Amino acid sequence: MRACVVGAGAIGSLFAAHLATVGDVVVLTRRDGHARALNEEGLRVSGRHEFTSRVTATADPRDLPEFDVGIIATKATGLEEAAQSLAGRFATATMMTVQNGLGAEGAMRRHGEWQLVSAVTFMSGTKHSDTHVEYILDTPTWLGPYGDTPFERVQEIAEVLVDSGLKAEALPDLLPAQWSKLIFNATVNGVSALTGLPHDAHFAAEGDDSDLGHLVHQLVDEGKRVAAAAGVELHDDPWEMNVLATKRGSAHYPSMLEDVDARRPTEVELINGALVREAARLGVEAPLHTAVYRLVKAREASYS
Amino acid sequence: MRVCVVGCGAVGSLFAAHLAQLEDVEVWAYDLARDHVDAINRVGLRLSGAGELLSRPRATADASELPPCDFGIVATKAMHTAGAVEATAQVFAQGCVATVQNGLGNEEAIAKHVDRVIRGTTFPAGKLLEPGHVQWDVKGETTLGPFEPKPAPTEEIERLAEAIDRAGMPTKAVPDARGPQWRKVIFNAATNPIGALTGLTHGRVCEDPALRRLVSGLVDEGKAVAAAQGIELDADPEELIDHAAKPEVAYDHKASMLQDVEARRPTEVDYLNGGIVRFGDEHGVETPLNRAIWALVKGLERSW
Repeated sequence: MRACVVGAGAIGSLFAAHLATVGDVVVLTRRDGHARALNEEGLRVSGRHEFTSRVTATADPRDLPEFDVGIIATKATGLEEAAQSLAGRFATATMMTVQNGLGAEGAMRRHGEWQLVSAVTFMSGTKHSDTHVEYILDTPTWLGPYGDTPFERVQEIAEVLVDSGLKAEALPDLLPAQWSKLIFNATVNGVSALTGLPHDAHFAAEGDDSDLGHLVHQLVDEGKRVAAAAGVELHDDPWEMNVLATKRGSAHYPSMLEDVDARRPTEVELINGALVREAARLGVEAPLHTAVYRLVKAREASYS
Repeated sequence: MRVCVVGCGAVGSLFAAHLAQLEDVEVWAYDLARDHVDAINRVGLRLSGAGELLSRPRATADASELPPCDFGIVATKAMHTAGAVEATAQVFAQGCVATVQNGLGNEEAIAKHVDRVIRGTTFPAGKLLEPGHVQWDVKGETTLGPFEPKPAPTEEIERLAEAIDRAGMPTKAVPDARGPQWRKVIFNAATNPIGALTGLTHGRVCEDPALRRLVSGLVDEGKAVAAAQGIELDADPEELIDHAAKPEVAYDHKASMLQDVEARRPTEVDYLNGGIVRFGDEHGVETPLNRAIWALVKGLERSW
């Protein structure tokens, strides 16, 4: 299988390095220097797995060869640009979106008639350099059909991911998993960005009245009411996901926290914004998520 | 009349410097910052900004040096009330003690050690420029009244109010001082933490309509808790918020809580939003937004 990975952050790098062990992989980067480094040095994985892959990389979408599967692994904030760079080409390819939040598939659809696969990934990594990613959590990626994509196609892609050494599972309906992760991310990433806390034991603490776990729990409950109104039965309970994740020892720094620390735009629109808009569409009150959403937006506004 | 200002930071210095101008009032300033105390004893206490004055209160960092006093004016940050009053309580054995601090719960903390307590609220503000020198930023009214469970006698409250007023800080003695206190608490609880969490100045918080709605949500909860106690606000906190947002008033003002957060100092959130939550619980009023904001700011403090 020929794969194109668009976006070589931690998640994109993990997909690219692993898939390159079972097929041809081309990586579309933002920076020329990043592509050059990958072409010269390959892509090293450490942590859960240890190996170095050969990949082809370019920062110019015009240089991309034909491929069978495109993995769109940009941040939500880079999705629009990625979709534009692929528009009008690769008609036979299947595009798989792995962005946080809701709406990535729709953004792709506006730019082309590709077969689309929805995915949510729970794996995590830390990029130590342009050519070195540490594989930290080997939790799975879940894939599901979007629109009229046949489930068989989803299963094929999941099998290739598993062959490459990643954990992946094809689900006939991804919405339950997508919503579990949406509620989890809206809650944990938002609270983390506002407090400066990595995702650690504070998020599960419900002792004192002012402990953060109460707020996290209420945000999760509010999110669950929105999901229920949307007719989605969650795949996992986001509160349990939260508690489990805080027990893993090393605290995870959600990307939204890294973004506000670096004064970069965050994924708040596709995550918290998506949840708040769904709540409004469905007529469900979501005052706490609305507050977190507005506060993160305001935090972004404070950069200038 | 002998008065001891307990906690001689910016606000305490305003009171000490004004009162020390009066012939018939002997003023002691008690503060733990030795350089400030030494400067006051060496060259006096200087105010500049909204008014210029230099006066000579006596200052000490050692509570055992304080003579018995007729009045105490407690002006520490709210989290230092208990310690400061415990250290000085013996000099007020025959006197009355007023609080001019921010937030809720100071009167209760004072009443653990003192029998005659005065509930107070003050709007003047400033900042310590250097030891012995305070910038006086904002003029405003001070209101004094009885702390109902352990009240100071009315004539004593009037005597203190008259002295402060005569010294140049407009001050009123009233039978019920809860109205102005809650107006200020609601104002502070609705605006300070929003500045602290977003990094925005007061004016920028107010000009973002979505964020301004969050501020009003916090105000509404505070008003409901005040109403449940039968407290009549002396004016609408919303007016104060909009007034302060004007360019010529406090558009560019960084809330004290934002200044605390930037300097990684503990904030007064327990006595603002935490106080509203606590009084809400006691009177059966739900305060979900204040609870959320309280948890976020506590989380922020715990991230240091």
